[in-house]
Amino acid sequence: MNIYAIRVIYKYEMLRAWKTILQSFASPVISTVLYFVVFGAAIGSRIEQVEGVSYGAFIVPGLIMLALLTHSIANASFGIFFPKFTGTIYELLSAPISFFEIMVGYVGAAATKSFIIGLIILGTAGFFVPLEIAHPVWMFVFLILTCISFSLFGFIIGLWAIDFEKLQLIPLLVITPLVFLGGSFYTIDMLPPAWQTVTLFNPVVYLISGFRWSFFEVSDVSVWISLGMVLTFLLVCLVTVWWMFKSGYRLKQ
Amino acid sequence: MQTIVSISNLSKTYATGFRALNDVSLDIARGEILALLGPNGAGKTTLISIICGIVNASSGTVIVDGHNNVSDYRAARALIGLVPQELTLGAFDTVWNTLSFSRGLFGKKPNPAYLEQLLKDLSLWDKKDNLLMTLSGGMKRRVLIGKALSHQPSILFLDEPTAGVDVELRKDMWALVRRLRESGVTIILTTHYIEEAEEIADRVGVIHKGELLVVDDKLALMHKLGKRQLVIELEQAVDSIPATLSAWSLELSTDHMHLTYTYDPRNPEKGVANLLSAISDAGLLLKDVETSQSSLEDIFIDLVHAKS
Ligand SMILES: Nc1ncnc2c1ncn2[C@@H]1O[C@H](COP(=O)(O)OP(=O)(O)OP(=O)(O)O)[C@@H](O)[C@H]1O
Ligand SMILES: [Mg+2]
Repeated sequence: MNIYAIRVIYKYEMLRAWKTILQSFASPVISTVLYFVVFGAAIGSRIEQVEGVSYGAFIVPGLIMLALLTHSIANASFGIFFPKFTGTIYELLSAPISFFEIMVGYVGAAATKSFIIGLIILGTAGFFVPLEIAHPVWMFVFLILTCISFSLFGFIIGLWAIDFEKLQLIPLLVITPLVFLGGSFYTIDMLPPAWQTVTLFNPVVYLISGFRWSFFEVSDVSVWISLGMVLTFLLVCLVTVWWMFKSGYRLKQ
Repeated sequence: MQTIVSISNLSKTYATGFRALNDVSLDIARGEILALLGPNGAGKTTLISIICGIVNASSGTVIVDGHNNVSDYRAARALIGLVPQELTLGAFDTVWNTLSFSRGLFGKKPNPAYLEQLLKDLSLWDKKDNLLMTLSGGMKRRVLIGKALSHQPSILFLDEPTAGVDVELRKDMWALVRRLRESGVTIILTTHYIEEAEEIADRVGVIHKGELLVVDDKLALMHKLGKRQLVIELEQAVDSIPATLSAWSLELSTDHMHLTYTYDPRNPEKGVANLLSAISDAGLLLKDVETSQSSLEDIFIDLVHAKS
């Protein structure tokens, strides 16, 4: 195991976030505050309660997930795309490190950053609505698993993308809709029946449902199904990364 | 010769279908300086990239100090430092950070004293906290060399280290290469400059259209392939070349005082000694003789043209 390599990659990626601290950590806070003002205060005052939870509090888990997903993907995809773009990837490819170590360095750093963002948003939300966390351990399990699996997903996008447009494509066209339609701002049974069925194919639904359950013990699907889905997604991403490195996909001609 | 890198039957066909390397076999000796010459697109960078693990070979094997570079890549790569042809560097890192990063990537624990000495040797110590994007091209080239040496490799690949480098820096680089060799590092460099190969290499390989045309000791190569000329100055002018010397295809100069003989040193029959005795048999008196031999450049051009 090349521990030094993992360490320098991790450190390098964390330093990159530190250098752009405003963009890395302040922007998620600002956008969360905006969501609270718009959804929580303006709309929430007209919606009494959702399943016994005040609307302002109800949207907190969804907002955190929204931020985690966006930032995990953005961070991890950019982290590995940039060396490909500048050509400095030659160093990673010629160094005595395994694909697993490269992945641990990049994905670990991206997941750490998202985790910090998640905590910051949770703290910020506490200023706006009284929050109780019914199952803190579950909350952390979902938080950490989400950070890791979506950083992995971002890493795959970064490996796959051959230009900046492709790098933005998946987050814009796939992730944002999935998150918005994933029940961040409503429960599934508020939708017409046909849409409820469609929604069950959206993996983000399970994520948000499970995460919300850890706060309020209300969920759209069983928490075990949620956990199973997150773990499945993690596994699929791992296998994909493994295959990409094994085959040299878009890395080695 | 003790082999440190052994390349056998290496071929590479890119995804485009282009065959960049064709059955290349080459043994690199421990501690030598090997220069790879070849025109643009010959396959030099492809060869180096395969050895270093950046490009997958289509077929063939590379053994680095006993380690297969695919199945035992950790051990193989740990020995190798690479200075790429392009100036590929991140823009927002400092010189010091980028060297520390490279060292870590190669699994070495931090050693600030070594990096400091390295930067001083490369005349970069005063730039250690500068951002890479603020450096000149020549400085960036030296940073790349520093990155490659940061993990103390025993084999160093330099892909056109002196392209776009001024005369003074080129001399510095040659000196650095010689110092490294003295410390036991094996060096493989590619270049378009024949005088560079002539100046610092022990052995020279010529690659053309993906094939290794020749690889040999620099002097042996010049000896084997180089044509030699012998210019004989006569005591007295002659009207024409005597008939007894017609078999030697000599040329007579316009002042009728010099005979020029172009010969192949591999043919003893037609050697200089035989010619000189034939000349004295013909009754001519010699005043002076002078030999010259062709440079690597002539050899290179001959080889490449013979193939195309
Ligand atoms: N990724 C690639 N895909 C397809 N063809 C490639 C690729 N990389 C290189 N080639 C082709 O392979 C051939 C050899 O390229 P290579 O870079 O090895 O040449 P070189 O000897 O290093 O040339 P130069 O002196 O210009 O650096 C060239 O014809 C080049 O166009
Ligand atoms: Mg090249």
